[in-house]
Amino acid sequence: MSNQIIEIEGVSKSFGGVHANTDISLTVEKGKITGLIGPNGSGKTTLFNSIVGYHPIDKGSIRFEGQEISKLQVQEIARLGLLRTFQQTRIYGNMNCIENMLISVPHRKMGLLDMFVSHDRETREKAERLLEFVGLYEKRLLRAGGLSFGQQKLLEFAMALMNEPTVLLLDEPTAGINPTLINGLIDRLKRANSEFGITLLIIEHNMRVIMNMADKVYCLAHGELLAGGAPDEIQNDPRVLDAYLGAH
Amino acid sequence: MKYLVYAALLAIAIAAPFLFPDYRTSLAALWILIIVALTWDMTGGQMGYNSLGNIFFYGTGMYVAAVICIALVYDVGEYTNAFSGEEQTFTSEQYFTGMLVGCLGAGVFCALSALVIGFLTFGLRGPYFAIGTLGVAIAAGELVSNWEWIGGGQGIALPVYPGDFEAGKDFFYFLFLVTGVALILLLGWLYRTRFGLAINAIRDDEEKAEGMGIKTLSIKLFTWSIAAFFVGIAGGISAFQLIHFEPLETAYQTINLGIFMVVCVLLGGKGTLWGPVIGAILFHLFKEVTWNYFLGWQWVALGALIVVTVVFFQQGLLGWLMDKKPEWFGIRVESREAAK
Repeated sequence: MSNQIIEIEGVSKSFGGVHANTDISLTVEKGKITGLIGPNGSGKTTLFNSIVGYHPIDKGSIRFEGQEISKLQVQEIARLGLLRTFQQTRIYGNMNCIENMLISVPHRKMGLLDMFVSHDRETREKAERLLEFVGLYEKRLLRAGGLSFGQQKLLEFAMALMNEPTVLLLDEPTAGINPTLINGLIDRLKRANSEFGITLLIIEHNMRVIMNMADKVYCLAHGELLAGGAPDEIQNDPRVLDAYLGAH
Repeated sequence: MKYLVYAALLAIAIAAPFLFPDYRTSLAALWILIIVALTWDMTGGQMGYNSLGNIFFYGTGMYVAAVICIALVYDVGEYTNAFSGEEQTFTSEQYFTGMLVGCLGAGVFCALSALVIGFLTFGLRGPYFAIGTLGVAIAAGELVSNWEWIGGGQGIALPVYPGDFEAGKDFFYFLFLVTGVALILLLGWLYRTRFGLAINAIRDDEEKAEGMGIKTLSIKLFTWSIAAFFVGIAGGISAFQLIHFEPLETAYQTINLGIFMVVCVLLGGKGTLWGPVIGAILFHLFKEVTWNYFLGWQWVALGALIVVTVVFFQQGLLGWLMDKKPEWFGIRVESREAAK
């Protein structure tokens, strides 16, 4: 049994004439934090969308816990325990925070009949605990759509934890969040990894954040995998520096 | 306290036909509005799928109930062709059996057709879903009006209520009341379950809901088929109440009841349990008053009401209250200590 929970091999995806991903191969190790960096438009979010099934890939294979998932539908992949958050935060705006949490329970463990139960005390307490974990407990009865962008981001993170995923894909978790809150968020991401044992794959532009957290970092540029390795290797890799600073 | 209010409302509803015997037919029509508004809100308000085709289930319910009732006793083709010929009679046992089986059959048939139509149209979003479902209702009306076996453009005449004419009015009122109350109880429970949250999640962000592992298509189909079941039953009862109905003006009345149900929901407040009920009552009052006192101008008044609602009052009465007095609806900041 390999320790690689996600194995991506030779994945290509183009939209019309744009080659968003070309022949990308990378792996995510179980229980670790893996970073994915690259300039804007380098194909990071496309790769995320391919992994969680938002669009079919043109070529290659994506395996999750050894199982091929590139042909599965979005819901099926989510039910396997592979979950993502969005760059433009997505929460259920007209529902309050508690409701957002209650509907984020892990659906993989439920049959259709489980949909017709009221919310038990245990689930409710878990929802409140996680809201407290991200600092939103007091606002739990407010409409989620009325929260600030940063708070919505924290709520989305809490919803993801509520779902008890095996792997969580985070698309720029710190974008748009003020610097003090970022430190708190880094701390919580690390705790989600160490305490809840969730494997993380994180897209991030903030180098301080990603280099500080990740065990391994991959860098994409122009839809291709440029380099992969430990954070300090990547930081000093001349190809990566070129990609970011614009020398081709 | 809450249950006292509900009990009082129910008591008023039960007493109404005896307090206002002259308005029994109008009160029955109010219950139809309440039923179609509540069911429209299940998809339109709670799930974010604005259907303009729910009237399809009303019309289809009428026809299915009538055909079943007739088919239990006569050959349907001969019956609908025999207007001028010999008289066809129903004993009161045949009448009530036909009505019971017919209305339940209408509900089941409509629920099943919602699954089929939903499977074909739930890929459409926003205005495309509205237009797609409207198309289904219009097409169905035209098809039915050309289908001679079920009476074509002339429609179908059902037997009259076998008992006393006045007692018949009470009878139909209470049939609608029982259907409506059953629907309110069902929705009151359903909206409190995880299923209720799931349809709200689909309304707010369907892609996100999918991404969280919710089986969106089966939930949408189930919701719409429950709605169709109740509209079908209401249509079936209407068929017996009206005695004679025809396809375009009564059964598949897209521009009357088909639009009224949407206006009721908008007026009362989308996505709430009681909004559609309140909206239906307000709308019905408005309609009765204009039809009685501004005859000739009633459609203008109605059009004005729709324009004013859509332009100035989109969130409806309950939505407006929620904005003004959020604390009445439990929307508040609350610390750990205060919660205890």
